[in-house]
Amino acid sequence: MPYLTKLSAAALSELLVSKQVSAVEATRAHLDHITAVDTDLHAFLHVAGDAALNNAAKIDARRAADEPLHPLAGVPIAIKDVLATQDMPTTAGSRILEGWVPPYDATVVARLRAAGLILLGKTNMDEFAMGSSTEHSAYGVTRNPWDRDRIPGGSGGGSAAAVASYQAPLALGSDTGGSIRQPAAVTGSVGVKPTYGGVSRYGAIALASSLDQVGPVSRSVYDAALLHDVIGGHDPLDSTSLTDSWPSMAAAAREGLQDGALKGVRVGVIKELSGDGFQAGVTQRFNETLALLAAAGAEITEVSAPNFEYAVAAYYLILPAEASSNLARFDSVRFGIRVNPKNGSLTSEHVMSATREAGFGAEVKRRIILGTYALSAGYYDAYYGSAQKVRTLIQRDFAAAFSQVDVLMSPSAPTTAFKFGEKLADPMAMYLNDVTTIPANLAGVPGMSIPIGLAPEDGLPVGLQIMAPAKADARLYTVGAAIEQLLETSWGHTMLSQAPALTPTEMFASEEGAV
Amino acid sequence: MPNAEKKNRAELMDFDRALELFEPVLGFEVHVELNTKTKMFCGCANEFGSGANTNTCPTCLGLPGGLPQVNKKALESSIRLGLALGCEIAEHSRFARKNYFYPDTAKNFQTSQYDDPICHDGSITIELESGRLVTVEIERAHMEDDAGKLTHMGGATGRIQGADYSLVDYNRGGVPLVEIVTQMIEGAEHDAPEIGKTYVAAIREIAKALGVSNARMEEGNVRCDANVSLRPRGSNVLGTRTETKNVNSLRSVERAVRYEIQRQAAVLSGGGTITQETRHWHEDTGITSAGRPKSDADDYRYFPEPDLLPMAPSREWVEELRLTLPEPPAARRKRLQAAWGFVNLEFQDVVNSDLLDAVEATVAAGASAQAARKWWTGEIARLANVAGVAADSLVTPVQLAALIQLVEAGTLTDRLARQVLEGVIAGEGTPVEVVESRGLAVVSDDGPLIAAIDAALLGQPDVLAKIRGGKPQAAGAVIGAVMKAMHGQADAARVRVLVLERAQAIE
Repeated sequence: MPYLTKLSAAALSELLVSKQVSAVEATRAHLDHITAVDTDLHAFLHVAGDAALNNAAKIDARRAADEPLHPLAGVPIAIKDVLATQDMPTTAGSRILEGWVPPYDATVVARLRAAGLILLGKTNMDEFAMGSSTEHSAYGVTRNPWDRDRIPGGSGGGSAAAVASYQAPLALGSDTGGSIRQPAAVTGSVGVKPTYGGVSRYGAIALASSLDQVGPVSRSVYDAALLHDVIGGHDPLDSTSLTDSWPSMAAAAREGLQDGALKGVRVGVIKELSGDGFQAGVTQRFNETLALLAAAGAEITEVSAPNFEYAVAAYYLILPAEASSNLARFDSVRFGIRVNPKNGSLTSEHVMSATREAGFGAEVKRRIILGTYALSAGYYDAYYGSAQKVRTLIQRDFAAAFSQVDVLMSPSAPTTAFKFGEKLADPMAMYLNDVTTIPANLAGVPGMSIPIGLAPEDGLPVGLQIMAPAKADARLYTVGAAIEQLLETSWGHTMLSQAPALTPTEMFASEEGAV
Repeated sequence: MPNAEKKNRAELMDFDRALELFEPVLGFEVHVELNTKTKMFCGCANEFGSGANTNTCPTCLGLPGGLPQVNKKALESSIRLGLALGCEIAEHSRFARKNYFYPDTAKNFQTSQYDDPICHDGSITIELESGRLVTVEIERAHMEDDAGKLTHMGGATGRIQGADYSLVDYNRGGVPLVEIVTQMIEGAEHDAPEIGKTYVAAIREIAKALGVSNARMEEGNVRCDANVSLRPRGSNVLGTRTETKNVNSLRSVERAVRYEIQRQAAVLSGGGTITQETRHWHEDTGITSAGRPKSDADDYRYFPEPDLLPMAPSREWVEELRLTLPEPPAARRKRLQAAWGFVNLEFQDVVNSDLLDAVEATVAAGASAQAARKWWTGEIARLANVAGVAADSLVTPVQLAALIQLVEAGTLTDRLARQVLEGVIAGEGTPVEVVESRGLAVVSDDGPLIAAIDAALLGQPDVLAKIRGGKPQAAGAVIGAVMKAMHGQADAARVRVLVLERAQAIE
């Protein structure tokens, strides 16, 4: 039943709840589709077919027995490989964790299981979430379903590509500087970075603790909201987890579908996130969307965030500093691969060194060296200290902007998906791709990317970023769902329906057994 | 002595001579392990002696994705310890990461405190044996997590040098510590070694009185790093210091400080220089040896711990905790000595045997202070020593008080009481129950006693004649025989009176 893979999580949930479709059928449909298309796309690092079908059968049995179940019970989901799963390898895209199966589940994973979602497998990512293209995975690239020669974004390229290519209706991502929103933008999917502290980080392999946030990846705003409601909320195991009670994001998204939802909404357009460095087609679709919003009654004003200029520079000090410390634990002593030195004695120091030399990729090493330097005595104040001050200034920019407007908007990324290898040789060019998304992480505010059309010059997806004040995630869902409906009405279809059909080139091989 | 150790044994200068030439400057870092139920940052048991790596979880094992949560009880204990040391409690405090690679440190950073310690600027006054009072200024007391424990296998010495491999047990990893750092201690002079010992003893005593630590140095609950430097007489410039790590008994603190003074004095007088370094204390040989060089520029790349929120203990809470502080140990000692009327030697004996609590509780249970002291520091300490356990683990103060009351009532002689004590220790019940079950009470019915006396007198007619002839001192031989016949269950003084009576009375 290939049509099952085309359904939104919400639609699939209705069929499951009304017992028109079983969880096993839904799961098998997605597994079959993965088999058909993923040898080529490589969104998944690990597919847990048997476990997924077993879990689906259990859900079917419980539903048959009329046990009270979460509406999403039986809906398949893909998990970014940065999240600990006790029944699947967890590598964070790194050689150093090859084959490591954690003894525990991340809190968000435990919440998915408790709600009965079916974990299909683990998705590809830049090693330790360092990158904007998924080219830094130790296990090979993931292809963009819109153009197989292009990157799917990063670091969560696997989750975005999996959802955009209908291999899963939902996925989890993590966003440290745009790793959910930028892949969503370049694959035509929806991605949300919640308020810092809104979703537990326990069991999410840390890149930069003060910036990391786990969030939903989907094909519609409403699906993202449904998933957000499952994973969000206080977790005592994460000390930075907020204790607030949260409104239903799904209800907020439904509000956005009401007539006049955008009427009177004050939209701030960030002056600094436009102009030079933004692709013409990206700017064009962004402006068209604003015009549509204005026509729907939103009040559009330009706001200035003067300190955003320093965001990328501050980010690339804070992130490597925290990462250099967070990645110190990868030392071969308790988990992960162990590499003995070719020469010299087998002291713990030599083994740690040889393991890290062999286990970490070039980008990871680059950032560890950067961060170690930035934290060094004598440099701390000039680098880490200054970066923290910039962070405060950026928070003030947000506060000032949100005193005038309800939401802020910008393109999600300056360009559409670039080609493999295009920015690999120039880390600065790669880093600048995150200029739009980084400020939200530095300030801890929530951000969402939704598709707003294809750039005329290359026919590739463009994303709109919506940002709200901290803890006002619900506002993103209301506004996001309203814009999504407005655009789809104007197009007469969803954007992803325009993606080129994927040729199941490897189908025969997989049916007959791979060599 | 192995050659390596001969080489390590430095030349020493006579202590008095060293003090003539140099002024010692001291500093101490004392780590106090808190006795919370769970660890500093996770829910694992804080327990000594469990199977290796059984008290562990993703957080304290430093697994990818593990995150810390602050143990509120550990925070409370740290604040109480800080208050007892006269410290200010910070209104804003936070943790920091101290980054360094070592296999016993699961995260390869220690979660400690750097620029915002929870307690700062305190002081305690200690009293030396001479009666000299010394005020030690406390710079800070901060919270941190302990490392795991490495065991080096295959080598002859158990040290890392020469080992084939090492085992690591992370049970201790993440156990809460408070590190108490003193300001420089100047003017210690000849008392420097004793100041070290007495200061650490005071910290240990305070931690114990607060109940925040088991405070057993032999189990590593209290560990001392001793900083020593020498300044030439007449100079204002501080000398280079060494830091002798993990000196883990009071006597060792005293010895290590003395050794470093003598060693450094010899080096400096010989025209040498002191290297700023950590040094290891060797309990067996009584020397220190060079560890790793340490400079003020040691770079731990401290930065605020992003996984934990800053702490802001409310003033109300701090004041509530202040009300829970027990009487300061030094003041308590003064009060108890006066109340019990012990001379210094007697009181020191109790304090040094760590039996202050036991004696106090025994007195509270109705015994006289002198009797309580004699029993605890005498027979019970002796038995404990033989068994290799703590004296206060053998009997309870209530049991001992009951025993003492039986002696004072004349029901038991001292000798019988020792037998009853054995029975109590063997778990045979309360003193009264042991007296009954073993039939050990002093015979107070004179009937059997008189029969035994008469028999003994008639059995020794020559003695009887001497007593009758006006030589009562001859009674001793008869008393011995009577006590033997009574299996010791008679009061010797009473026997003596009756022997003299019966000698005149019998036919």
